[in-house]
Amino acid sequence: MSNKEWPLWEVFIRAKQGLNHKHVGSLHAADHQMAIENARDVYTRRMEGVSIWVVESKHLHANEPSDQDSLFDPANDKVYRHPTFYVLPEELNHM
Amino acid sequence: MEINLEEQFQEKIDQEIKIEPRDWMPEKYRKTLLRQISQHAHSEIVGMLPEGNWITRAPNLRRKVALLAKVQDEAGHGLYLYSAAETLGMSRDEMLAELHSGKAKYSSIFNYPTLTWADMGAIGWLVDGAAIMNQVPLCRTSYGPYARAMVRVCKEESFHQRQGYEIMLTLSKGTAEQKALAQDALNRWWWPSIMMFGPNDDKSPNSAQSMKWKIKRFSNDELRQKFVDVTVSQAEILGLTIPDKDLKWNEARGHYDFGTINWDEFNEVVAGNGPCNKQRLKARVDAWEKGTWVREAAIAFAEKRAKRNNNSTEAA
Repeated sequence: MSNKEWPLWEVFIRAKQGLNHKHVGSLHAADHQMAIENARDVYTRRMEGVSIWVVESKHLHANEPSDQDSLFDPANDKVYRHPTFYVLPEELNHM
Repeated sequence: MEINLEEQFQEKIDQEIKIEPRDWMPEKYRKTLLRQISQHAHSEIVGMLPEGNWITRAPNLRRKVALLAKVQDEAGHGLYLYSAAETLGMSRDEMLAELHSGKAKYSSIFNYPTLTWADMGAIGWLVDGAAIMNQVPLCRTSYGPYARAMVRVCKEESFHQRQGYEIMLTLSKGTAEQKALAQDALNRWWWPSIMMFGPNDDKSPNSAQSMKWKIKRFSNDELRQKFVDVTVSQAEILGLTIPDKDLKWNEARGHYDFGTINWDEFNEVVAGNGPCNKQRLKARVDAWEKGTWVREAAIAFAEKRAKRNNNSTEAA
Protein backbone atom coordinates (compact mmCIF):
# COMPACT_ATOMS: atom_id res chain seq x y z
CA MET A 1 0.00 0.00 0.00
CA SER A 2 1.45 3.36 -0.96
CA ASN A 3 1.40 6.10 1.65
CA LYS A 4 1.60 8.87 -0.87
CA GLU A 5 -0.67 11.83 -0.19
CA TRP A 6 -2.25 13.65 -3.10
CA PRO A 7 -0.36 16.92 -3.62
CA LEU A 8 -1.67 20.21 -2.25
CA TRP A 9 -3.01 22.87 -4.66
CA GLU A 10 -3.74 26.54 -4.08
CA VAL A 11 -7.03 27.70 -5.55
CA PHE A 12 -7.71 31.12 -7.11
CA ILE A 13 -11.18 32.18 -8.21
CA ARG A 14 -12.43 34.98 -10.42
CA ALA A 15 -15.75 35.99 -8.86
CA LYS A 16 -17.03 37.62 -12.04
CA GLN A 17 -15.79 38.93 -15.37
CA GLY A 18 -13.67 42.03 -14.87
CA LEU A 19 -12.26 41.04 -11.46
CA ASN A 20 -8.91 39.42 -10.80
CA HIS A 21 -8.50 35.89 -9.52
CA LYS A 22 -8.28 35.81 -5.76
CA HIS A 23 -6.81 33.18 -3.49
CA VAL A 24 -9.59 31.29 -1.70
CA GLY A 25 -7.88 28.31 -0.09
CA SER A 26 -6.27 25.01 -0.90
CA LEU A 27 -7.15 21.38 -1.50
CA HIS A 28 -5.64 18.01 -2.35
CA ALA A 29 -5.90 16.40 -5.78
CA ALA A 30 -3.95 13.87 -7.81
CA ASP A 31 -3.52 16.22 -10.80
CA HIS A 32 -4.52 19.66 -12.06
CA GLN A 33 -7.70 18.43 -13.70
CA MET A 34 -8.95 16.87 -10.49
CA ALA A 35 -7.84 19.99 -8.60
CA ILE A 36 -10.09 22.14 -10.82
CA GLU A 37 -13.00 19.74 -10.44
CA ASN A 38 -12.59 19.60 -6.67
CA ALA A 39 -12.22 23.38 -6.48
CA ARG A 40 -15.51 23.69 -8.29
CA ASP A 41 -17.20 21.52 -5.64
CA VAL A 42 -15.42 22.94 -2.61
CA TYR A 43 -15.24 26.65 -3.41
CA THR A 44 -18.03 27.48 -5.88
CA ARG A 45 -21.18 25.76 -4.65
CA ARG A 46 -23.07 29.06 -4.69
CA MET A 47 -21.97 30.75 -7.90
CA GLU A 48 -18.89 32.26 -6.27
CA GLY A 49 -16.88 32.06 -9.47
CA VAL A 50 -16.66 32.12 -13.24
CA SER A 51 -13.05 30.99 -13.57
CA ILE A 52 -10.68 28.82 -11.52
CA TRP A 53 -6.89 28.75 -11.37
CA VAL A 54 -5.05 26.02 -9.51
CA VAL A 55 -1.32 26.01 -8.76
CA GLU A 56 0.48 23.20 -7.05
CA SER A 57 1.49 24.68 -3.70
CA LYS A 58 5.13 23.64 -4.05
CA HIS A 59 5.45 26.03 -7.01
CA LEU A 60 4.53 29.10 -4.98
CA HIS A 61 7.39 31.19 -3.64
CA ALA A 62 7.04 33.81 -0.94
CA ASN A 63 9.25 36.27 0.90
CA GLU A 64 10.32 35.48 4.44
CA PRO A 65 8.12 37.23 7.02
CA SER A 66 11.37 38.44 8.62
CA ASP A 67 12.19 40.39 5.43
CA GLN A 68 9.04 42.43 5.84
CA ASP A 69 10.81 45.53 7.16
CA SER A 70 13.49 45.70 4.51
CA LEU A 71 11.05 44.95 1.71
CA PHE A 72 8.19 47.25 2.59
CA ASP A 73 9.51 49.98 4.87
CA PRO A 74 11.31 52.14 2.27
CA ALA A 75 7.96 53.27 0.88
CA ASN A 76 6.95 54.79 4.21
CA ASP A 77 8.97 58.02 3.95
CA LYS A 78 8.15 58.71 0.30
CA VAL A 79 5.03 60.78 0.80
CA TYR A 80 5.81 62.67 -2.40
CA ARG A 81 4.47 59.63 -4.24
CA HIS A 82 0.98 60.58 -3.12
CA PRO A 83 -1.12 63.34 -4.71
CA THR A 84 -1.88 65.05 -1.39
CA PHE A 85 1.81 65.93 -0.98
CA TYR A 86 1.44 68.76 -3.51
CA VAL A 87 -0.04 72.06 -2.34
CA LEU A 88 -2.18 73.62 -5.04
CA PRO A 89 -4.64 76.55 -5.01
CA GLU A 90 -8.23 75.65 -4.18
CA GLU A 91 -9.67 77.32 -7.28
CA LEU A 92 -7.99 74.62 -9.30
CA ASN A 93 -10.85 72.37 -8.17
CA HIS A 94 -10.29 68.82 -9.34
CA MET A 95 -6.82 67.77 -10.26
CA MET B 1 15.30 36.01 22.87
CA GLU B 2 12.36 33.62 23.32
CA ILE B 3 10.67 35.91 25.87
CA ASN B 4 11.08 38.85 23.55
CA LEU B 5 9.41 36.99 20.69
CA GLU B 6 6.51 35.99 22.90
CA GLU B 7 6.03 39.57 24.02
CA GLN B 8 6.06 40.79 20.43
CA PHE B 9 3.59 38.07 19.55
CA GLN B 10 1.21 39.08 22.34
CA GLU B 11 1.53 42.72 21.27
CA LYS B 12 0.41 41.81 17.76
CA ILE B 13 -2.54 39.89 19.18
CA ASP B 14 -3.49 42.81 21.43
CA GLN B 15 -3.42 45.14 18.42
CA GLU B 16 -5.73 42.74 16.53
CA ILE B 17 -3.04 41.96 13.95
CA LYS B 18 -3.79 38.52 12.52
CA ILE B 19 -1.17 35.79 12.71
CA GLU B 20 -0.33 34.17 9.38
CA PRO B 21 1.17 30.71 8.79
CA ARG B 22 4.82 31.67 8.39
CA ASP B 23 4.88 34.19 11.26
CA TRP B 24 6.61 33.26 14.49
CA MET B 25 4.21 31.84 17.06
CA PRO B 26 4.58 30.15 20.45
CA GLU B 27 4.61 26.37 20.14
CA LYS B 28 1.62 26.14 22.46
CA TYR B 29 -0.39 28.54 20.30
CA ARG B 30 0.36 26.35 17.28
CA LYS B 31 -0.59 23.16 19.13
CA THR B 32 -3.78 24.62 20.60
CA LEU B 33 -4.93 25.79 17.19
CA LEU B 34 -3.98 22.56 15.50
CA ARG B 35 -6.00 20.60 18.03
CA GLN B 36 -8.99 22.93 17.82
CA ILE B 37 -9.09 23.30 14.03
CA SER B 38 -8.55 19.60 13.32
CA GLN B 39 -11.25 18.67 15.86
CA HIS B 40 -13.52 21.16 14.20
CA ALA B 41 -12.78 19.64 10.77
CA HIS B 42 -13.38 16.11 12.07
CA SER B 43 -16.70 17.27 13.54
CA GLU B 44 -17.85 18.52 10.14
CA ILE B 45 -16.91 15.24 8.48
CA VAL B 46 -18.35 12.94 11.16
CA GLY B 47 -21.33 15.30 11.34
CA MET B 48 -22.32 14.20 7.84
CA LEU B 49 -23.16 10.72 9.12
CA PRO B 50 -26.24 11.30 11.34
CA GLU B 51 -27.93 13.31 8.59
CA GLY B 52 -26.68 11.16 5.72
CA ASN B 53 -28.77 8.48 7.41
CA TRP B 54 -31.97 10.26 6.27
CA ILE B 55 -31.16 11.49 2.74
CA THR B 56 -32.73 8.51 1.01
CA ARG B 57 -35.77 8.68 3.30
CA ALA B 58 -36.54 12.40 3.10
CA PRO B 59 -40.32 12.90 2.89
CA ASN B 60 -40.25 14.76 -0.43
CA LEU B 61 -37.92 16.06 -3.11
CA ARG B 62 -37.72 19.59 -1.69
CA ARG B 63 -36.54 18.24 1.67
CA LYS B 64 -34.20 15.82 -0.03
CA VAL B 65 -32.32 18.38 -2.16
CA ALA B 66 -32.00 20.67 0.86
CA LEU B 67 -30.63 17.94 3.11
CA LEU B 68 -28.27 16.77 0.39
CA ALA B 69 -26.98 20.32 -0.08
CA LYS B 70 -26.53 20.72 3.66
CA VAL B 71 -24.54 17.52 4.00
CA GLN B 72 -22.43 18.54 0.99
CA ASP B 73 -21.75 21.89 2.69
CA GLU B 74 -20.52 20.04 5.76
CA ALA B 75 -18.04 18.13 3.60
CA GLY B 76 -16.91 21.50 2.24
CA HIS B 77 -16.59 22.95 5.73
CA GLY B 78 -14.45 20.00 6.76
CA LEU B 79 -12.19 20.62 3.77
CA TYR B 80 -11.79 24.38 4.44
CA LEU B 81 -10.84 23.56 8.00
CA TYR B 82 -8.41 20.76 7.14
CA SER B 83 -6.57 23.13 4.80
CA ALA B 84 -6.43 25.78 7.52
CA ALA B 85 -5.03 23.21 9.96
CA GLU B 86 -2.45 22.03 7.43
CA THR B 87 -0.89 25.51 7.38
CA LEU B 88 0.21 24.78 10.96
CA GLY B 89 2.45 21.97 9.79
CA MET B 90 0.51 18.72 10.09
CA SER B 91 -0.40 16.74 6.96
CA ARG B 92 -3.97 15.83 6.08
CA ASP B 93 -3.18 12.12 6.33
CA GLU B 94 -1.71 12.55 9.82
CA MET B 95 -4.86 14.32 10.95
CA LEU B 96 -7.07 11.59 9.51
CA ALA B 97 -4.90 8.93 11.13
CA GLU B 98 -5.46 10.63 14.50
CA LEU B 99 -9.21 10.62 13.92
CA HIS B 100 -9.23 6.98 12.89
CA SER B 101 -7.10 5.84 15.83
CA GLY B 102 -9.37 7.67 18.27
CA LYS B 103 -6.57 10.03 19.37
CA ALA B 104 -8.33 13.09 17.94
CA LYS B 105 -11.82 13.95 19.10
CA TYR B 106 -14.84 15.38 17.31
CA SER B 107 -17.94 17.03 18.68
CA SER B 108 -19.69 14.50 20.93
CA ILE B 109 -23.15 15.52 19.66
CA PHE B 110 -22.61 13.37 16.57
CA ASN B 111 -22.52 10.24 18.70
CA TYR B 112 -26.28 10.41 19.20
CA PRO B 113 -28.58 8.49 16.81
CA THR B 114 -31.04 10.06 14.36
CA LEU B 115 -34.17 8.02 15.01
CA THR B 116 -36.87 9.91 13.12
CA TRP B 117 -37.23 12.49 10.35
CA ALA B 118 -37.89 15.12 13.03
CA ASP B 119 -34.27 14.71 14.08
CA MET B 120 -33.27 16.41 10.82
CA GLY B 121 -35.28 19.39 11.99
CA ALA B 122 -33.90 19.36 15.52
CA ILE B 123 -30.30 19.02 14.31
CA GLY B 124 -30.58 21.92 11.90
CA TRP B 125 -32.32 24.10 14.44
CA LEU B 126 -30.39 23.24 17.61
CA VAL B 127 -27.09 21.65 16.63
CA ASP B 128 -26.41 24.06 13.77
CA GLY B 129 -27.79 26.88 15.91
CA ALA B 130 -25.32 26.09 18.68
CA ALA B 131 -22.54 25.71 16.11
CA ILE B 132 -23.34 29.16 14.66
CA MET B 133 -23.18 30.67 18.16
CA ASN B 134 -19.69 29.21 18.51
CA GLN B 135 -18.54 29.97 15.00
CA VAL B 136 -19.54 33.59 14.50
CA PRO B 137 -16.94 34.87 17.00
CA LEU B 138 -14.39 32.53 15.40
CA CYS B 139 -14.59 34.64 12.22
CA ARG B 140 -12.47 37.12 14.23
CA THR B 141 -10.09 34.54 15.71
CA SER B 142 -6.44 35.62 15.73
CA TYR B 143 -5.15 33.02 13.26
CA GLY B 144 -5.73 34.25 9.69
CA PRO B 145 -6.41 30.96 7.85
CA TYR B 146 -8.84 29.80 10.57
CA ALA B 147 -10.69 33.13 10.56
CA ARG B 148 -11.01 33.06 6.75
CA ALA B 149 -12.31 29.48 6.78
CA MET B 150 -14.87 30.44 9.41
CA VAL B 151 -16.13 33.39 7.36
CA ARG B 152 -16.96 30.95 4.55
CA VAL B 153 -18.51 28.46 6.96
CA CYS B 154 -20.72 31.06 8.64
CA LYS B 155 -22.00 32.40 5.32
CA GLU B 156 -23.28 28.93 4.48
CA GLU B 157 -24.43 27.85 7.91
CA SER B 158 -27.49 30.06 8.25
CA PHE B 159 -29.31 28.13 5.52
CA HIS B 160 -28.70 24.99 7.60
CA GLN B 161 -30.42 26.36 10.64
CA ARG B 162 -33.33 27.79 8.67
CA GLN B 163 -33.99 24.53 6.82
CA GLY B 164 -34.00 22.67 10.17
CA TYR B 165 -36.34 25.15 11.79
CA GLU B 166 -38.68 24.94 8.80
CA ILE B 167 -38.86 21.16 9.23
CA MET B 168 -39.74 21.64 12.92
CA LEU B 169 -42.32 24.28 12.02
CA THR B 170 -44.05 22.05 9.47
CA LEU B 171 -44.17 19.12 11.89
CA SER B 172 -45.37 21.20 14.81
CA LYS B 173 -48.20 22.64 12.70
CA GLY B 174 -49.09 19.19 11.39
CA THR B 175 -51.06 16.29 12.87
CA ALA B 176 -50.86 15.45 16.56
CA GLU B 177 -48.57 12.59 15.66
CA GLN B 178 -46.25 14.88 13.68
CA LYS B 179 -46.13 17.40 16.50
CA ALA B 180 -45.28 14.60 18.92
CA LEU B 181 -42.37 13.62 16.67
CA ALA B 182 -41.06 17.19 16.80
CA GLN B 183 -41.41 17.33 20.61
CA ASP B 184 -39.66 13.97 20.96
CA ALA B 185 -36.75 15.20 18.82
CA LEU B 186 -36.47 18.38 20.91
CA ASN B 187 -36.51 16.27 24.08
CA ARG B 188 -33.62 14.15 22.88
CA TRP B 189 -31.46 16.91 21.27
CA TRP B 190 -31.87 19.75 23.76
CA TRP B 191 -29.40 18.68 26.43
CA PRO B 192 -26.72 17.34 24.08
CA SER B 193 -27.00 20.66 22.17
CA ILE B 194 -26.28 22.83 25.18
CA MET B 195 -23.42 20.48 26.09
CA MET B 196 -21.85 21.38 22.74
CA PHE B 197 -20.42 24.55 24.28
CA GLY B 198 -18.13 22.41 26.41
CA PRO B 199 -17.47 22.23 30.16
CA ASN B 200 -18.38 25.08 32.51
CA ASP B 201 -15.80 27.87 32.63
CA ASP B 202 -14.37 26.79 36.00
CA LYS B 203 -13.78 23.31 34.54
CA SER B 204 -12.16 24.56 31.35
CA PRO B 205 -8.51 25.19 32.24
CA ASN B 206 -7.24 26.11 28.76
CA SER B 207 -9.90 28.72 28.09
CA ALA B 208 -8.06 31.63 29.75
CA GLN B 209 -4.99 31.20 27.55
CA SER B 210 -7.15 30.82 24.43
CA MET B 211 -8.95 34.04 25.32
CA LYS B 212 -5.64 35.86 25.90
CA TRP B 213 -4.45 34.72 22.46
CA LYS B 214 -7.84 35.71 21.06
CA ILE B 215 -8.39 32.26 19.63
CA LYS B 216 -11.65 32.37 21.58
CA ARG B 217 -13.59 35.57 22.15
CA PHE B 218 -16.27 34.34 24.55
CA SER B 219 -16.22 31.69 27.26
CA ASN B 220 -18.17 28.41 27.05
CA ASP B 221 -20.75 29.57 29.60
CA GLU B 222 -21.27 32.96 27.91
CA LEU B 223 -21.99 31.28 24.58
CA ARG B 224 -24.24 28.67 26.16
CA GLN B 225 -26.26 31.39 27.88
CA LYS B 226 -26.63 33.31 24.62
CA PHE B 227 -27.85 30.17 22.90
CA VAL B 228 -30.44 29.38 25.59
CA ASP B 229 -31.64 33.00 25.57
CA VAL B 230 -32.34 33.07 21.83
CA THR B 231 -33.69 29.53 21.59
CA VAL B 232 -36.50 29.82 24.16
CA SER B 233 -38.65 32.11 22.03
CA GLN B 234 -37.96 29.98 18.95
CA ALA B 235 -39.41 26.98 20.82
CA GLU B 236 -42.43 29.09 21.79
CA ILE B 237 -43.14 29.92 18.14
CA LEU B 238 -43.11 26.19 17.44
CA GLY B 239 -45.42 25.55 20.38
CA LEU B 240 -42.94 23.03 21.76
CA THR B 241 -41.66 22.66 25.31
CA ILE B 242 -37.97 22.70 26.16
CA PRO B 243 -37.39 19.68 28.44
CA ASP B 244 -36.03 21.61 31.44
CA LYS B 245 -38.30 22.30 34.42
CA ASP B 246 -35.80 24.80 35.83
CA LEU B 247 -35.85 26.96 32.73
CA LYS B 248 -37.21 30.39 33.63
CA TRP B 249 -36.59 34.06 32.95
CA ASN B 250 -34.43 35.77 35.55
CA GLU B 251 -35.31 39.44 35.58
CA ALA B 252 -32.31 40.43 37.70
CA ARG B 253 -29.78 38.73 35.44
CA GLY B 254 -31.61 39.57 32.23
CA HIS B 255 -31.11 35.96 31.15
CA TYR B 256 -32.86 32.63 31.35
CA ASP B 257 -31.84 30.36 34.22
CA PHE B 258 -31.60 26.72 33.26
CA GLY B 259 -31.12 23.36 34.93
CA THR B 260 -27.91 21.51 35.72
CA ILE B 261 -26.27 19.75 32.83
CA ASN B 262 -25.55 16.04 33.24
CA TRP B 263 -21.78 16.22 32.80
CA ASP B 264 -21.38 12.53 33.58
CA GLU B 265 -23.26 11.77 30.39
CA PHE B 266 -21.08 14.26 28.48
CA ASN B 267 -17.88 12.73 29.83
CA GLU B 268 -19.08 9.22 29.01
CA VAL B 269 -19.80 10.20 25.39
CA VAL B 270 -16.45 12.01 25.05
CA ALA B 271 -14.75 8.90 26.48
CA GLY B 272 -16.22 6.85 23.64
CA ASN B 273 -19.24 5.33 25.34
CA GLY B 274 -22.04 7.28 23.66
CA PRO B 275 -24.79 5.47 21.74
CA CYS B 276 -23.06 5.68 18.32
CA ASN B 277 -19.32 6.31 18.91
CA LYS B 278 -18.23 2.94 17.53
CA GLN B 279 -20.56 3.10 14.56
CA ARG B 280 -19.42 6.63 13.59
CA LEU B 281 -15.72 5.84 13.80
CA LYS B 282 -16.17 2.58 11.93
CA ALA B 283 -17.96 4.40 9.11
CA ARG B 284 -15.01 6.82 8.77
CA VAL B 285 -12.37 4.09 8.94
CA ASP B 286 -14.26 1.95 6.41
CA ALA B 287 -14.56 4.89 4.02
CA TRP B 288 -10.83 5.53 4.30
CA GLU B 289 -9.85 1.90 3.80
CA LYS B 290 -12.26 1.23 0.98
CA GLY B 291 -11.06 4.41 -0.74
CA THR B 292 -7.40 3.38 -0.67
CA TRP B 293 -7.43 1.88 -4.16
CA VAL B 294 -9.06 5.02 -5.56
CA ARG B 295 -6.42 7.29 -4.06
CA GLU B 296 -3.65 5.02 -5.35
CA ALA B 297 -5.16 4.68 -8.81
CA ALA B 298 -5.54 8.47 -9.14
CA ILE B 299 -1.86 8.99 -8.26
CA ALA B 300 -0.76 6.25 -10.67
CA PHE B 301 -2.87 7.75 -13.46
CA ALA B 302 -1.53 11.26 -12.81
CA GLU B 303 2.05 9.97 -12.87
CA LYS B 304 1.49 8.03 -16.07
CA ARG B 305 -0.05 11.03 -17.79
CA ALA B 306 2.72 13.36 -16.64
CA LYS B 307 5.29 10.94 -18.02
CA ARG B 308 3.47 10.66 -21.34
CA ASN B 309 3.28 14.44 -21.64
CA ASN B 310 7.00 14.73 -20.92
CA ASN B 311 7.82 12.14 -23.59
CA SER B 312 5.73 13.86 -26.21
CA THR B 313 7.35 17.26 -25.52
CA GLU B 314 10.77 15.66 -25.82
CA ALA B 315 9.83 14.06 -29.14
CA ALA B 316 8.64 17.40 -30.46
